Amino acid sequence: MKVRDGVRQTMAWLHGWAGLLLGWVLYVMCLAGSLAVFRPEIGEWMRPETRDRAPAPHAIAAAVAWLQRHSDAPAWFLSAPGPRANTVEGVWFQGLSYTLRAFDPVTGMPALRQTRGGEFFYRLHFELQLPYPWGRMIASMAAMMMLVALITGVIAHRRIFRDFFTFRPGRGQRAWLDAHNALGVFALPFHIMITVTGLVTLASLVMPWGIRANYGENSAAMFQDLVPGAISRPPAGHPGKLAPIAPMIAQAERRFSGNVGLVSILNPRDAASLVIVYQADDRSIATSPEAISFDGVTGRVLADYREARPLVKTYDVVYGLHLARFAGPLLRWLYFMSGLMLAGGIATGLILWIVKRREKEPLTIGNRFAERLNIGMIAGAPLAFAVFFWANRLLPLGGADRAGAEVAWLYGSWAGALAAAFILRPRLGWPLLSGIGGIAWVTLAIVDLAIHKGATTVLLAGDAAMAVTGLFFLLVALRSARARGA
Amino acid sequence: MSRARRGWRYRGNVAGRTAAAIFGGYAVAALFAAASARLLPLPRAEAVLPGTMLAFFVMPGVVIWAFLARSVVRAWLGILLIATILAAAAILAGPPA
Repeated sequence: MKVRDGVRQTMAWLHGWAGLLLGWVLYVMCLAGSLAVFRPEIGEWMRPETRDRAPAPHAIAAAVAWLQRHSDAPAWFLSAPGPRANTVEGVWFQGLSYTLRAFDPVTGMPALRQTRGGEFFYRLHFELQLPYPWGRMIASMAAMMMLVALITGVIAHRRIFRDFFTFRPGRGQRAWLDAHNALGVFALPFHIMITVTGLVTLASLVMPWGIRANYGENSAAMFQDLVPGAISRPPAGHPGKLAPIAPMIAQAERRFSGNVGLVSILNPRDAASLVIVYQADDRSIATSPEAISFDGVTGRVLADYREARPLVKTYDVVYGLHLARFAGPLLRWLYFMSGLMLAGGIATGLILWIVKRREKEPLTIGNRFAERLNIGMIAGAPLAFAVFFWANRLLPLGGADRAGAEVAWLYGSWAGALAAAFILRPRLGWPLLSGIGGIAWVTLAIVDLAIHKGATTVLLAGDAAMAVTGLFFLLVALRSARARGA
Repeated sequence: MSRARRGWRYRGNVAGRTAAAIFGGYAVAALFAAASARLLPLPRAEAVLPGTMLAFFVMPGVVIWAFLARSVVRAWLGILLIATILAAAAILAGPPA
């Protein structure tokens, strides 16, 4: 047994370090990812003035009419409204920077309250607010560390089943360990699934060697083979007029006998413009690469493809499992809560790292830094997210880059939280930041309920989730105020 | 942490294994993806997919090996052996027609 004990010890050591080094990044990725499950719903919550609905062909055509007057970008990407999102969300590139804008589905005007909405959390989840490709690379590295931590955590675990039913509440190391184990083990299949499928979504960037082996430098050819319905062609070089787009969308809806997802309009002012309509991802687990390409000027169908290759389908299922766009309301909440459990597992692990070392001897400089970082991230990030939603409600409508100002409030408050965590003693920092965060979330829910108009069950559920989050952090604040710090 | 663990010998050992885990792990995973893309008797797009997805399980496997091997040298030798086999397979198979 001696050798096996050695293995377990090594695995526990590796588990600790793999979890620690990018643990704070992973924690934020998990929070943002969990929120991104509700990307359309968050967008709707954050645009209370824009609650009208319109059929996709009308909504897309209206947004395109606005873009034709206001954008010279070489490509417009528009997400069609559907059962969950009411607005058209547009992205277009100007050089390397991109513009995001939500459009009213009826008028085609930019939504009155400009906000990144749920898209902010979606991007933060894998781009970490860093320029391409660095954010995605760091996110992939963090995910790989997560996978190593999950596997080594399982191996290090002697009695995974028995430990799951062990909880020794109290204030010491044991309680943190039991909580860490429970959060990790309860949703373990989810944790492994979401980590691996997350890596797969970024594979073409971080694991391109299979593509390189078979396609050389021409990775665009791989995409072409994977999604034959989306064609590409160079611009003609002389101007052309885009045909009415509503009939193309309607035709795609009939062909898919379902909802339309993304609509790409390439070289919209050129004689060789293309309109590519993708199927929505809401009907099967697999993301749908089925797409129809229309000639932009004539509206004629250039390509239409039905996917039947088993391996491509498998890949689409793996991809779709991560995006969770197939999930109905119940499963969506399960994704959300499992994601939060993973965030909780990471947070308890990071706290455990400190608690364990502090019980033995005074903390080293490095561990004291980690202790402060724990406070600024674990309590600070949720606080900053609440500030983002508050900024959404309080910032005046209109004005230059209102959506960016919301984001600036988020990062400003986060920086403030981090500063407080490093200035104040931990036994003050924990209850203070958790308390402010808790109050921010609870009041957010109360104020929204008080002034809401046209609230749906979905929006009310969002308010309830905010209230619960707030109460949770208030509880953390109370407990950490009474305990000798965590 | 025993005192023996704080010496330079211990640090060198951990550094050597960490390098093997990160660089060796990524190299083996990358070569696995490349070799399987070329070896699988499938159309070239489909042949890329299984190896690319499974490579994300190969890397943690190598990472764990790097820390479980009896010595740093053995950890590296194991990684070099597998990397060489995979690289040879990918090169011999050649790009798909």
